[in-house]
Amino acid sequence: MGPIHADGAPPATAPDLAVLARSLEGAGEVREAETSDTVDGVPAAAVARPTSIPAMSALLRTATAHGLVTVPRGGGTALNWGAPPERVDLILDTTGVNRLVDHEAGDLVAVAEAGLPLHELQERVAGTNQELLTDPPPERVAAGSTIGGLLATAPSGPRRLERLAVRDLVLGATLVLADGTVAASGGKVVKNVAGYDLAKLVTGSLGTLGIVARAAFRLHPVRPARAVVIRRGRLEDLTRLARETVAAQFVPAAVEIDRPAGRDDATLAVLLEGTEEAVAARAAEAAALIGGERVEDLPSWWARMPGADMLAKATATLTGVADLVRTARAAEQRHGAAIAVRGSAAGVLHLGITAPDGPSAAAAVETLRSAAPTPRDGTVTVVAAPREFRDTLDVWGPVAGLGLMRRIKERLDPGRNLSPGRFVGGI
Amino acid sequence: MSALTRVTAEIRSELGDERVITDRQRLRTYECDGLAQYKVVPGLVVLAHDVDDVVTAVRACARHRVPFVARGSGTGLSGGALPHADGVLIVMSQMRAIRQLDTANHRAVVEPGVINLQLTGATSEDGYYFAPDPSSQTVCSIGGNVAENSGGAHCLKYGFTTNHVTGVDLVTPGGELVELGGKAPDPPGYDLLGALVGSEGTLGIVTSVTVRLTRLPQEVRTILAGFRTVDEAGAATSAIISAGVVPAAIEMMDALAIEAAEEAVHCGYPDGAGAVLVVELDGHAADVADEFDAVVRHCEAAGAFEVRVAADDAERALIWKGRKSAFAAVGRISPDYIVQDGVIPRTALSQVLQQIAELSEQRGVRVANVFHAGDGNLHPLVLFDDAEEGAAERAEDVAGGILELCIAGGGSITGEHGVGSDKAKYMPAMFSQDDLDTMQAVRCALDPDSVFNPGKVFPTPRLCGERPGRRQGAHPLTEAGVAEVV
Repeated sequence: MGPIHADGAPPATAPDLAVLARSLEGAGEVREAETSDTVDGVPAAAVARPTSIPAMSALLRTATAHGLVTVPRGGGTALNWGAPPERVDLILDTTGVNRLVDHEAGDLVAVAEAGLPLHELQERVAGTNQELLTDPPPERVAAGSTIGGLLATAPSGPRRLERLAVRDLVLGATLVLADGTVAASGGKVVKNVAGYDLAKLVTGSLGTLGIVARAAFRLHPVRPARAVVIRRGRLEDLTRLARETVAAQFVPAAVEIDRPAGRDDATLAVLLEGTEEAVAARAAEAAALIGGERVEDLPSWWARMPGADMLAKATATLTGVADLVRTARAAEQRHGAAIAVRGSAAGVLHLGITAPDGPSAAAAVETLRSAAPTPRDGTVTVVAAPREFRDTLDVWGPVAGLGLMRRIKERLDPGRNLSPGRFVGGI
Repeated sequence: MSALTRVTAEIRSELGDERVITDRQRLRTYECDGLAQYKVVPGLVVLAHDVDDVVTAVRACARHRVPFVARGSGTGLSGGALPHADGVLIVMSQMRAIRQLDTANHRAVVEPGVINLQLTGATSEDGYYFAPDPSSQTVCSIGGNVAENSGGAHCLKYGFTTNHVTGVDLVTPGGELVELGGKAPDPPGYDLLGALVGSEGTLGIVTSVTVRLTRLPQEVRTILAGFRTVDEAGAATSAIISAGVVPAAIEMMDALAIEAAEEAVHCGYPDGAGAVLVVELDGHAADVADEFDAVVRHCEAAGAFEVRVAADDAERALIWKGRKSAFAAVGRISPDYIVQDGVIPRTALSQVLQQIAELSEQRGVRVANVFHAGDGNLHPLVLFDDAEEGAAERAEDVAGGILELCIAGGGSITGEHGVGSDKAKYMPAMFSQDDLDTMQAVRCALDPDSVFNPGKVFPTPRLCGERPGRRQGAHPLTEAGVAEVV
């Protein structure tokens, strides 16, 4: 996507590169932005790459004191997630702060700096047969998605069914606030209730509260064997079977549904993990329940985002998953859209939406929102969309507690110097 | 007329006499929670029967800037529900309806006064349960679990309260009613639930809680292993975890704790054990069978001289009875005791236990150890006799020293009991002023007048009007050479 100005967005303030560079005291560098340095189409004026947390703090303090707007960037694999920022004076490239600080295998905990690529973390802990069990989209991991990006975007993956989500695996985080304050919360032990859990608050906040500098995660042992059971069939049958699988006692690690756009059929894939023998027994039970067959490999679409013009995230209750899928079919027919549905029977699914124009896309999203009786039973938020669709779209839908969120933002970033406009309600 | 008098009159006029307590003698009933060493008689008690009562009371307090505190069953062990002498105590235990059991969606919607174990009782017939299981689960309320982010023996595998709450109705400290989350996961926006659960009643009062229900496992197997020393039991724990087994629970007790439990409940733990491990495995029968073999092997390799398996529910209950009654049982061998709650990385277990033993010997204060070994959560019981001159102070000293050892080991000052009134003074040893100011900034966002549960969690109140000043110098943990701060 080319560097197009958001409509009405104020142009970037020209930062004083020398002042910013001085703030780093040699720990990193500052340069003018190139044409590729954009955030969801909004061009930046400068890019800074600090190489330590104190340098990150000094840089941000200086940038904010000069009235600059800063947007953090890790691997840059999800810069089009959320809404585009109102403007970008400075991109804070976190990839220079990238150490694996601590991995004590016996504790099943890893502490890493924000810029450490996820695949590197996984490779390093794999030596002790452990993993950070988050299943972000493999295309993002391959493109260098980082620890900081993982927290800021909180992607939802298949194995959250058994092991829960990113927010449940983060044990502590160190943030750099807009004024340079370095603030830690949590710790590096699995069990800890001292102080507020700000790591959860910042998870999924798209860089609007503070910039993640370091985080601690709970790891899990890699289980020795796995089995995949697949069933293809009619949508209604599969959503019912998915629900029964989630409620079964054979402990599925993941239950995923993949329904390509425009289809009345879908695939149900069940992942089982454990010891060789146990997995075989459980896979047989799963196969019997869903009338499926055990296969060697995970399907190629596993954990990937459905490709389309527009990406949305839908949540639902376990029973609401069927309603969501049915509504997607209705939305396609009503609005001339193509909607691929893929995700966890636990109630978090991704929608790949292709529509002839903005108004049809917006109408399709509204129809999808009607799948759940209330927002407490399910929501649809647009994760990424082309600029020409945005004007007509209600990206976030209803957001409960928005007033409280604004007040928290106001306290932590009163000048709106961090990623303004990227988050709910224009935060 | 004092502000409290005005608040009392306003609340009384709306709620009527039956839902407020002003009689000094009755107010005394609420002077402390489960940590009885702190006592403050509240200025007024409100017995909330519904959300309107809560909103009315909170708004009256907010209007007159009168401090208020929420209380569930009052079982907390850190003085988190300690009342304010010139304030209002809002008691939530009357709100105890299970509003909805939605097993098809693995959810229940409950009022905050519902007792933890009642929810499991109500759903187990359908094959579900509420996973967080604090030792007080027969009496503690789910609202209290939300406030404290309660854990329990089985949270090693299944997580804490924060992992099981998907929605709440919240009355903010300003008296607004906000619905957060629901039955569906991942509500859009900031993870306010993540910040709220475990905030120890400082960010709002929940009037309804939507929780995840967990499927009952197909099989449960409980193993009791006797060791000569705590070191051996610790080595077995490490070996089990390193082998990739995540049991539902791994609990350890040392010789003194065993002695107390035997005397109290005759749980029949192995004779002459210097330490016992209780390991519970659950899940699919095939996994449990595999894991069982591994656990037994690792226990024996680490030196277990006896490994026993519960043959039925009665035997399982007896094994757990020893463990779950350990706190109270200590009363049999000591007139007074302090229950400490600290966390260390599991790999530091052996070293920290050694240090606790040294501390105990140096000060001549006995310490019985009971802990959730799987996640490094220690509950040392510091024994003393209050009748003895200076004994309480010495015990207090040792209990504090244990927390210092936990911090030095890279752990935490509390794993599940909370900071409350009791541990606020230790917060600066674990967090820098900037860390604490940032947490307080979040508090100020919801409670700008600092009227909700003031004096808890944070060592010094912060006036919300002021901006945090910049501070120089290293983080306290870094300075102490302990660790890089996360």
